[in-house]
Amino acid sequence: MASDALLFYAFAAAAVIGALLVVTQRNPVYSVLALIASFFGLSGLYVLLEAPFVAVIQIIIYAGAIMVLFLFVVMLLNVPREDAAEWDRSHPLYRPGAVRAVAVLAILMALQLGWALSRTPGMSTGVAEDRAAASSVADLGVKLFSGAGANGPGYMFAFEVTSILIIIAMVGAVVIARKRED
Amino acid sequence: MPIGHYLVLSGLLFCIGAAGVFLRRNLITMLLSVEIMLNAVNLTFVAFGRQLGSVDGQIITFFVMTVAAAEAAVGLALVIALFRSRESLNPEAFTSLKW
Repeated sequence: MASDALLFYAFAAAAVIGALLVVTQRNPVYSVLALIASFFGLSGLYVLLEAPFVAVIQIIIYAGAIMVLFLFVVMLLNVPREDAAEWDRSHPLYRPGAVRAVAVLAILMALQLGWALSRTPGMSTGVAEDRAAASSVADLGVKLFSGAGANGPGYMFAFEVTSILIIIAMVGAVVIARKRED
Repeated sequence: MPIGHYLVLSGLLFCIGAAGVFLRRNLITMLLSVEIMLNAVNLTFVAFGRQLGSVDGQIITFFVMTVAAAEAAVGLALVIALFRSRESLNPEAFTSLKW
């Protein structure tokens, strides 16, 4: 159990530090690379949660495909990064009044969230120590490709709708990014 | 690990992503911050799915990933089109509807 906690904190630290680097880096290429590191940490957390298929998908689809798409666009645009600091300084939220108001709001929300979490029962019990993991790929596939039935709603309809969504996104991306010849 | 740890971690990641969207003035970094937020929510789904011993949390994660992929494709196409017209990634450069 102790090694589990150690792994959790290691992966959580990787995810959080990666995310912080994404937000603080000036160069978008470094941001994308930091986000890939963050996704590897999240993938380790999915393994700890006994969801190996999600962990593999996280690496292959997210870190492999989506982030490479981002990297391609960043390098294609050859983004000028010298004026990025100037952009951030000209942000309306950097005015003193706005900063104070938003900081007070953020602290209040964090306090509220911590209070709610501390009052919720069951927060300190381990994740499903009493339940077996339902995470085999066969279980996932059966649930994903079954219609509404005895054991709750299936996801087949949503799955098919997703394919339409992807086609629309693909066509839309091509149409929007195309060079106009007028 | 207690489920509260996963929830706190997820909330932390979501806050970092939200801060990135609000504070950074670079369209690509803002899109990356949206991805961080989506992943924070994914972590919550998987943790609760494990807690309840069901596969539904993981399946919803797949749908979130699909939507994230579509969002990234369309968002980056928009970024390319905007960059082509204004030679800038600063959202302040795109405040006019017509020119």
